[in-house]
Amino acid sequence: MAIEALKCKECGTTYPLEARYVCEDCFGPLEVAYDFSGLDAESTRRRIQAGPQSIWRYSDFLPFDSQPRTALAAGITPLVRADRLAERLGVGEVWVKNDAANPTHSFKDRVVTVALAKAQELGFQVVACASTGNLANAVAAHAAAAGLESYVFVPADLEEQKILATGVYGTNLVAVNGNYDDVNRLCTELAGEREWGFVNVNLRPYYAEGSKTVAFEIAEQLGWELPDRIVAPIASGSLITKIARGFEEWLEVGLVEGQLPKFNGAQAEGCSPVAQAYEAGRDFCSPVKPQTIAKSLAIGNPADGPYALDLARRTDGGIDAVTDDEIRAGIKLLAETTGIFTETAGGVTTATLAKLAARGEIGPDERVVLVITGEGLKTLDAVRGSFETIDVEPTTESFASAAGVGAVA
Amino acid sequence: MSVTVKIPTQLRSVTGGESETAVEEATTVGEVLDGLYDRFDGLRDRIAEDGGLRRFVNVYVGGEDIRFLDGLDTAVDDGDEVTILPAVAGGQ
Repeated sequence: MAIEALKCKECGTTYPLEARYVCEDCFGPLEVAYDFSGLDAESTRRRIQAGPQSIWRYSDFLPFDSQPRTALAAGITPLVRADRLAERLGVGEVWVKNDAANPTHSFKDRVVTVALAKAQELGFQVVACASTGNLANAVAAHAAAAGLESYVFVPADLEEQKILATGVYGTNLVAVNGNYDDVNRLCTELAGEREWGFVNVNLRPYYAEGSKTVAFEIAEQLGWELPDRIVAPIASGSLITKIARGFEEWLEVGLVEGQLPKFNGAQAEGCSPVAQAYEAGRDFCSPVKPQTIAKSLAIGNPADGPYALDLARRTDGGIDAVTDDEIRAGIKLLAETTGIFTETAGGVTTATLAKLAARGEIGPDERVVLVITGEGLKTLDAVRGSFETIDVEPTTESFASAAGVGAVA
Repeated sequence: MSVTVKIPTQLRSVTGGESETAVEEATTVGEVLDGLYDRFDGLRDRIAEDGGLRRFVNVYVGGEDIRFLDGLDTAVDDGDEVTILPAVAGGQ
């Protein structure tokens, strides 16, 4: 198989495939290194097509020697052509990758199913994570399905829906009095002290690989073709950079042809360290204190920010930030034109696409894919009060008068 | 006057396995780190470059990232706790 080692993204030092995430020489992040020279395009494509209806059909590109069996898989979510959205925005062709259609309703099922398969391979009995909610849901659910004990650390002010949808799985839910960056710092300290598999700390190199499957699915669902542009949210910056990596790997193996799409990152203005760095022409991110309704994107200190900046620049894309009002409008726009109800993060992404369209940055022949990462039912507060109901008595007269549609002749 | 410094696992190979140490006579984070560099061979190369910290190194005083304070010039008082951590965790 193709998996070789863990390799530092900064200095290239390699390490064995263990639960480690930091280069001891330079503190740079580690990622999984592969050798794809043994893969030929035709047989790889046939193997994918004959594979399971989950991310494990892409096992040749995931960090395992053989295809893992997991109790709760993820992936193969719909890629929906969104003509009404495209028409509303005045652009040619838009597709929505609806990752709300995962077992716990966000793209986090992809990364967690990979991380937990690795945790089991490495012999961990307990798994844990720092989360703003979606990851909490996914870790609690996948750990329950796998029969692993789990500890889920969240900021205490998280949306109630996300807390309830985590606790139900029987995890040890830890509400931390602080923001996500505080939770993250606590978990980084705990990961040094306990023999636990923290999916987004010491298992992070493996976990992050799961995001590549978003790219694989988009390409396969487009008939083994690449889109021209990807619009995706940025929190830590891991998702968008791994989508690019997925396309790059398939270009390398010859499963697709052409060039890497343009990448547009989306952030909420109230937590936009990467967008600010992009605007200022910097190659590093200054941390910020998050203040936004898009809590699932509220990482003030994004670990993969520098790589997201580099990606946006080298693909001639960009990184934008949108206000909370634009986020609410984005949620409504997507819902009203596609029938897809997304959470605030999806509102950020949709609003960013709308902004690009309004600025005339999207060419008439472009095929654009909007990456929707989570489910609207998890952030109901964002749409509360955004419409009025028609209140009536149970009589036809009352309805006709209240609805203003007139009596039937 | 004494400041406690928490050392992450990844640096314990240069601190002789120590996970926590104390630095006396320092008034800023920069001086705390200088005190550590004097004491532990090889530590400076791991976490510092060009007079500052490497970009994937986070330093906290009392739980607050020093980039929200005064960076390496952040003042430290007797009893403060300085924590060094890798910045690469995260992804929600």
